[in-house]
Amino acid sequence: MFLQLGWRNIWRNRRRTLVILTAVVIGVWSMIFLGALMRGIADQFVRNGIATLTGHVQVHEKGYRSDPAVQNSIENPARVEAALTAVLPPDAQWVPRVRVSAIASNARHSTGVTMVGIDPPREAAVSFIGGAITEGRYLESDDPYGIVVGQALAERFDTHLGYKLILMSQDTEGEIASRAFRIVGVYRAEMEATEKQFVFVTLPAAQEMLRLSHGISEFVVLLAEHGEADHVADTLRAELPAAEYEVNTWQEILPMVSAIMKIYDWFIFLWFLVVFIAMGFGIVNTTLMAVFERIKEFGLLKALGMKPWWIVRGVLVESFCLLILGMAIGNAVGFLSVLVLSGTGIDLSALAAGMEYWGMSRVIYPHIVGQDVLMANLVVFILGLVVSLYPAVKAARFTPVEALAHT
Amino acid sequence: MAMVTCTKVKKAYQQDTVAVKALDGVSLSIKKGEFVAIAGPSGSGKTTLLNIIGGLDSADSGRIVVDGNVLNTMRQSQLAQLRLHKVGFVFQAYNLIPVLSAQENVEFVMLLQGVPPAERRERARAILDEVGLGGMYDRRPAELSGGQQQRVAVARSIVSDPSIVLADEPTANLDSKTGASLLEIMKQMNEKKQVTFIFSTHDQMVMDYARRLIQLKDGRIWEETVRKG
Repeated sequence: MFLQLGWRNIWRNRRRTLVILTAVVIGVWSMIFLGALMRGIADQFVRNGIATLTGHVQVHEKGYRSDPAVQNSIENPARVEAALTAVLPPDAQWVPRVRVSAIASNARHSTGVTMVGIDPPREAAVSFIGGAITEGRYLESDDPYGIVVGQALAERFDTHLGYKLILMSQDTEGEIASRAFRIVGVYRAEMEATEKQFVFVTLPAAQEMLRLSHGISEFVVLLAEHGEADHVADTLRAELPAAEYEVNTWQEILPMVSAIMKIYDWFIFLWFLVVFIAMGFGIVNTTLMAVFERIKEFGLLKALGMKPWWIVRGVLVESFCLLILGMAIGNAVGFLSVLVLSGTGIDLSALAAGMEYWGMSRVIYPHIVGQDVLMANLVVFILGLVVSLYPAVKAARFTPVEALAHT
Repeated sequence: MAMVTCTKVKKAYQQDTVAVKALDGVSLSIKKGEFVAIAGPSGSGKTTLLNIIGGLDSADSGRIVVDGNVLNTMRQSQLAQLRLHKVGFVFQAYNLIPVLSAQENVEFVMLLQGVPPAERRERARAILDEVGLGGMYDRRPAELSGGQQQRVAVARSIVSDPSIVLADEPTANLDSKTGASLLEIMKQMNEKKQVTFIFSTHDQMVMDYARRLIQLKDGRIWEETVRKG
């Protein structure tokens, strides 16, 4: 009957209840929806980082990361390949790459780029490049002079499919190496900076140009889950001699992404608190008004023999009803709005330049994380009841005689 | 056996800087099953005396014993227990819980006492039938007349078999016919269940119904009448 009493009491002032209920619904919705949006941004941020040639785990020759020169390539890739084959889970993919800094030039322009020599079919399963071609075609395995460039670079160089692009770098003997490639494909990436930075050629073409023989700059592993990276890296470290090879996870290679993920965690929590504080004042105000309107009634309840604690409980039950109803509607609206937008995403290409600065994608897909939903609901529910304690205790403190005399 | 004993009970209220004596050394004894009216003009102290006997207010000095319990020495939680189990209240303004139906209002005290739902329902309906509200179980206070609401209040006060019912000017808001009918019901309850009834009133009709009339003036008992038969 206490629950029934609480439920009926909150509807005594229908308009006031609807106003505070709306505040709770909007609060919970904004916690869930904006939380999902932030998770979507963070998730996309990590995906972009991993898909933009980083992968989950990388293997390099010792010293390559501090000096990514062609001389620091892996000379004996068979050993690493054997370790990868032995250690990786069956659903993991790995690719070898040659990756060096180079100068790209045509008749009009020249700029610094990163030349990436890839095994085209295998690379397509690991990084973004396989699905990013917007003009022309992707590289083929036997494509000694084919090159794929980013759209932004092509525009900057005022060049097109079929045109030549000269790449110049330093070979293993310290001599200038150059080769003329013909543009076979143009790709688009999430970020313009990627399109300007990376040009792709086949692995044999890069090795030949740089006189690398079978040398490889890096092995990149893509796993089914982000969380497997540490374990796989540890296993690989155990397989490969530390004096010759370096094994790094994506968190180590992209420390800023890891840091931003942590910042997002805190940001979401702070967002929840800010929303709650605004909502909390509304809850206290409504409950206080409801209590002060019924002073005489509380006097009656005490006269009938209700203990102060029971009165506190009675007021809390009213807040409980309000919070549960608001949370149920807020969650439903939150899940529904995320569901609607998770398919199409939110296209923010109008803000692309500004967003790119922060490493964000053009399209954001909100992504609900169970832990965030749980935290949002717990924050609203627990803190909602905590702030209701003040009016509840006030109600319990009226003496029956004073309260019954109240008009 | 005395159900209520008050010995030299004093109570003063502070009004601004002046202390106003509400009770000035009241001593009385009321036996189990009595039907007593405490009468007097406004400000004579009758409501204060009723509140002190019911454990709603405390005396500045003196001793109050209700059904063997010395109220002066009891804590607030003990007084709440006493009110819950031994005292029924009927107020001038009915004071029903507006969001509960007549039956639920009557059940409420039993709910606090921990009576099982089926028994609560049965007892509430039986007492509502007794006070003439059979068939009105589901009506909320706003759907009942003043007299009907006060009958619900009487049913609520009596349903948990208290030792004593304290009624503060129960007929003040009722017309004379309705008031008489209500008093008749309370008298029947008093005779049937041997519950002690104490009224505060300045209604002559209530005084006429009472077997014993205690008149207060300026916080003191100045006349006491016992009607025979």
